[in-house]
Amino acid sequence: MSDAAETDRTPVEDADLCIVGAGPAGGIVAHRLAATGARVVVLEAGPRFDGDRRDQLDRHVRPGLGDPWEMGGPRDEFTSSGGSFYPLNASRVKGVGGSTLHWQGMVMRLHERDFELASRHGVGVDWPISYDDLKPHYAAAERELGVAGAVDNPYAPPRDEPYPLPAFPPSHSDSIFAEACERLGIDMHSVPNARNSEPYDGRSSCVGYGTCKPVCPSGAKYTAESHVEKAESAGAHVIDHARVRRLEHDESGERVVAARYTTPDGETHRQEADQFVLACGGVENVRLLLLSASAAYPDGLANSSGVVGRYFMDHLFAGMGGRLDRPTRQNHVGFNTSETHQFYDDTDPVNGLKLEFLNYAGPSPVVDALHADTWGDELRTQLADAYGTHIAMGALVEQLPREDNYVTLDSETTDDLGDPVPEVHWAVDDETKAALTRANEIQASVLDELGVDIDWTVGPENTGPAFHHMGTTRMGDDPDSSVVDAECRTHDLQNLWIAGSSVFPTGGAMNPTLTIAALSVRIAESLQQRIE
Amino acid sequence: MRLTRRDALTVLAGLGIGGGGAVAVDRFDPPTAERQPTGVGDDGDFSTDVLPTMVAAAAVVYPSEATGVSEFVETYVLGRTTEEDRTEAMRAAVTELDSVARDWYDVPFSDLSTEERDSLLRELGVDTADPVPDGTISERIRFHVVNELLYAFYASPTGGRLVGIENPIGHPGGVESYQRETMETPATEEGREDE
Repeated sequence: MSDAAETDRTPVEDADLCIVGAGPAGGIVAHRLAATGARVVVLEAGPRFDGDRRDQLDRHVRPGLGDPWEMGGPRDEFTSSGGSFYPLNASRVKGVGGSTLHWQGMVMRLHERDFELASRHGVGVDWPISYDDLKPHYAAAERELGVAGAVDNPYAPPRDEPYPLPAFPPSHSDSIFAEACERLGIDMHSVPNARNSEPYDGRSSCVGYGTCKPVCPSGAKYTAESHVEKAESAGAHVIDHARVRRLEHDESGERVVAARYTTPDGETHRQEADQFVLACGGVENVRLLLLSASAAYPDGLANSSGVVGRYFMDHLFAGMGGRLDRPTRQNHVGFNTSETHQFYDDTDPVNGLKLEFLNYAGPSPVVDALHADTWGDELRTQLADAYGTHIAMGALVEQLPREDNYVTLDSETTDDLGDPVPEVHWAVDDETKAALTRANEIQASVLDELGVDIDWTVGPENTGPAFHHMGTTRMGDDPDSSVVDAECRTHDLQNLWIAGSSVFPTGGAMNPTLTIAALSVRIAESLQQRIE
Repeated sequence: MRLTRRDALTVLAGLGIGGGGAVAVDRFDPPTAERQPTGVGDDGDFSTDVLPTMVAAAAVVYPSEATGVSEFVETYVLGRTTEEDRTEAMRAAVTELDSVARDWYDVPFSDLSTEERDSLLRELGVDTADPVPDGTISERIRFHVVNELLYAFYASPTGGRLVGIENPIGHPGGVESYQRETMETPATEEGREDE
């Protein structure tokens, strides 16, 4: 890790662009703009995790060593309220690379219907852009991330080109599922993975560590570290351990003029720039805007609409599994190779859902061994009995935007710098629960067809979030009901942009990072026109 | 089943330490002859004080069919000494374990019978202790002795095969095994007992 105390973290003079956050959104924008010759500075609250990934691998597999990415503690205090607990710090990483450091790496395009839910089905809200508007940026994003996939999904939205990398072949357990799915008329297809199936972009192909989430020691899994590195090679300045606490605007209230950040030595600095991009996630984007309230913006910067923080959404997990009477060969790799999107566009319920055929069902012997309360022959027998025949399905289910799911500031609780912490007020509504039930019904039909002895279910009563923070600075044409416009520029301030899933008006049921990357490419194009 | 020095080097390579693994990995430094784990420099005490106790503990925590334990454990533990803090913590935990053996049985841990070692560890509560690198004596022995040994064993393809998986988590065993219907037995496996 970088030396927190001795690195020069003073502001960069004459910056064209200041980006807050060095995850995939910030990294892609930084690289693209730096490559055009713009003077770019990126302020990242967390550290650089330099060097190899031995420490993170150790922390992940060996109990007793703490979080691999060092989340938690006074810096990361938060409050969870509402009907459902939200485990915020398990769901994000602060550091160069952002949450791609710990993500699994599934990268699907949203469907056409996701951009038109209100028009088509009378629920949620339409995006101010269509799938066709974003289609070329999706293709660019797939190249940026290095997506391994196959054009074998009959339910995917239209595309004009193959994936940059070939898909990973199906697993043995996929072939087991295929027997049942064929009898049930369920179509299986490959999973687009941001993971190298062959060497790409200077990174290794996957070597099967099986620890994708939360760490890929080989570097085969895309992390935004690669874009940050490219941005720095192109001349961008990346300052880690730079916790941005306020954005300051000019007298007119029309432009942001500076980002104030505090460094580990206790100093507070002021980074000026012509343009600013917020790219620190669906929770911290909100927090920073609300912390930056002023006389001109008493309810928070860029919050004339009053919807900053509102409409917080996540995807909900549904799952089911059990054991078969034959080997299922699980936990060799940490990613999936088959899904079905056959039910995604169904309308009863209208919430999107996608189904996953897991390659990591049941226990891993080495992990179980390290938690066992015995050893020797007894342990060997336990592990052999526990491993080998588990099989399971997962699903992501869409949660529609609701005003009463929101992120705000908890003025009663402060972090170690004295700033109010984020409060996530969130609950799972009945419509989402109905969609979870539907996902469970399909899962049960497949597992029953296989003759699986089902021994666990995650459904409406015990579901949890998939750690995709969406909706809190929603995109729209109407400044009274949205925070950013179709270009992802705030309605209120002409040089403040927001990149990331916080701008999603609806979230679909697809993992969001490819759409984050596509929007970031689009933002970079808009910024390029203004900075030239 | 016979454990070998190569098995230990494979586990170490998975951790980015030294070489000898079958798979070259970009992020970790590539294996080179110069970076083979060779020991702990001039500190001969480690070999005489720590290794015998670790080997003796392995005889308890490993399944009884495991052979070649001494060479496997010595190679793995010496390879682990690339991390100074971890090495010192392991040395301290091993020293305390040995001190308990001397207090309770008047002999070094490694001179106890396998049954006595097993009993001592359980009486210390190591079997049910949380693994905590800087915790109580039981927690530290669990982390630095028992779990270190169990990780080396079950993260190795040879140890994994014993419980049904040739590409365990933590081992960069490639992307073919997940596609196979049955567990692959390497050609060299046959006759290993005779190596």
